[in-house]
Amino acid sequence: MKKTARFLSLMIATLMVVLSFAGCGAADNSNVFVLGISGPMTGTASTYGNAVVNGAQIAVDKINAAGGINGYKIKLIYQDDEATVDKAKTAYEKLMDNGMQVFIGCVTSDSSIACNDLIKADGILQITPSASAIEAAVNPNSFRVCFTDPLQGTKMAEYVYNTLGYRKAAACYNQDDSYSTGMYDAFKERFTELGGKIAVEAPFGKDTSDFNAQITKVASSGADFIYLPIYAEKAAQILITADSKGVKLPFVGGDGLDGIMNYLTGDLGKLAENLIFLTPFVSTDTDPKVQAFTNTFIEKYDMTPDQFAADAYDAVYLAKLAIEQAGITAPTAMDNAAVVAAMTQIELDGLTGKMTFDASGEPNKDAKVAKIINGEYVAQ
Amino acid sequence: MQMLISTLIDGLNLGSVYALVALGYSMVYGIAKMLNFAHGDVIMVGIYSIFVCLNMNSLPVPVTMLICVAVCAVLGFTVEKLAYKPLRGSPSLSVLITAIGVSYLLQNLALLFFKSERRFLQNFLQLGSIQIGSFELPVISLVIWGTTLVIMIVLNLLIKYTSMGRAMLAVSEDKGAAQLMGVNVNRTISITFVIGSALAGVAAILYAAKYQNVDPYTGSVFGIKAFAAAVFGGIGSIPGAMIGGLSLGLIEALTIGFLPESLSAVSDGIAYALLVLMLILKPSGLLGKKKVEKV
Repeated sequence: MKKTARFLSLMIATLMVVLSFAGCGAADNSNVFVLGISGPMTGTASTYGNAVVNGAQIAVDKINAAGGINGYKIKLIYQDDEATVDKAKTAYEKLMDNGMQVFIGCVTSDSSIACNDLIKADGILQITPSASAIEAAVNPNSFRVCFTDPLQGTKMAEYVYNTLGYRKAAACYNQDDSYSTGMYDAFKERFTELGGKIAVEAPFGKDTSDFNAQITKVASSGADFIYLPIYAEKAAQILITADSKGVKLPFVGGDGLDGIMNYLTGDLGKLAENLIFLTPFVSTDTDPKVQAFTNTFIEKYDMTPDQFAADAYDAVYLAKLAIEQAGITAPTAMDNAAVVAAMTQIELDGLTGKMTFDASGEPNKDAKVAKIINGEYVAQ
Repeated sequence: MQMLISTLIDGLNLGSVYALVALGYSMVYGIAKMLNFAHGDVIMVGIYSIFVCLNMNSLPVPVTMLICVAVCAVLGFTVEKLAYKPLRGSPSLSVLITAIGVSYLLQNLALLFFKSERRFLQNFLQLGSIQIGSFELPVISLVIWGTTLVIMIVLNLLIKYTSMGRAMLAVSEDKGAAQLMGVNVNRTISITFVIGSALAGVAAILYAAKYQNVDPYTGSVFGIKAFAAAVFGGIGSIPGAMIGGLSLGLIEALTIGFLPESLSAVSDGIAYALLVLMLILKPSGLLGKKKVEKV
């Protein structure tokens, strides 16, 4: 009895191994350019991964309908990394096995960092749409579409000082979150460099549920505005607390505030009125490119596109431009080094702004600022 | 000066909510001699019931409040019946582990029904604020303080002057002897749970009115601090829970308000350090009675 069981399990194991190899049989990719995406398609961060795939798909469809790249169509493949570090490497390797030529990913920072060594060794062009940690694009063959966290802080400091004319800042940031501290440290440095003053810092932690003491501190500091380099969930709690204490200072923040209207529903929506935040993409932008993209996206996926979708769309176009610039005439003639080198020579007028790249891999582009007016995001 | 007063008010507000939750812990511990770690999660369920009534069905506010208290009381009763009663004779460690299990069960049920994202509630108690001198005192603060105080007094009277209260006292002192004297121990403990859970319902209403948000972990995060407050004040003592809650709230607000930024990371730590110090100096808590454990 015991022997049969052992024999059976061995059989099953063998069968599984055979089957998994059978699944790897690479398709014939000799007449398509293969773009691969790795990101979370399931799990808590799945909205980001799915937005990236959807946004990229729209770009691919559009390019293919217009004749592709030098007459060859683009094929988009993707893998779920569940935003976990160990799955990220497997997902990347699977994409490489399936003939990926340009990597659009990873979607999240930690996954992307985990793949750094593999990507460097393979030497293919990496364009991450949305991994914002500094370390996520340090390889010479890595580029990114989104701003890094510190760059967001720097850009916001300039906007607040130069355009809004505020001089005294109060800051509520999450000291347990590197996204928040990264943005805040850069903001503080640039804002004080410009001549502004940080009137008060009121940090909180990941478990903080009561923000009254922070708001009290901020209210008595004489600040012109409150800087919120945090995610929308905590920001919504802070707005409610500020309202209950009658604090009427203006709030400004980073792209983490995008989506705050999903939390502040109904009557609460008015609390977010006049909120200003930095975002690479505003779906209500009157730019015809943005309008066309937004309409297609809503038609196809029945939801409003966010910055992740827009970043991915731009990443696909960057890949196309780089391949063309490098003079790659056919998928079989792919030259990774030439395509990577071409990235610094191209310019894209994309959904997230006009951008060029230098060898660091960071985008040179202007920040877009959105303001919530009557519950709608309005590009400033 | 103004900032000091505002900070003190913040601390008293926060402390009153802690106190109310700590009352629930303390009462159940005092009488049933068990730590009901699911108490915070009953509050969480209560806040979700308010969310369902107000945001999804727009019921009138008084009805919503009644439903919230009823939901919590019924939930407390059910949990006691299903999870704790079968373990009446078991070692207290088994009951403690069961309570932690119930806490996780409630959190996961909330995750299942409401997802992990934080939900925000409409401002249903629009009470405004009154002007005192140069600063504003939100009326909700007065309501919270008043409610906590009234509940504490009523509980004290209930325990001292009703036969049910005396039965509770008897059970808390010696279950076996109480039973011999004709006290229905099981019913007394069940009633204690229902009262404790109804208190959780009141705490849920005040929490919802003040913070207007809830997620599946609201109860456990808040519950742990309230539990610390109950231990600080002397677990089992009702005025102790009140004093413990208020102290913890004040310490938290003052450390956030007046500690230099570089130290603010440890603001929670300071509250707990004081708790540890307290337990070293007076192991039974501020108002706890020293008891000789018979082995």
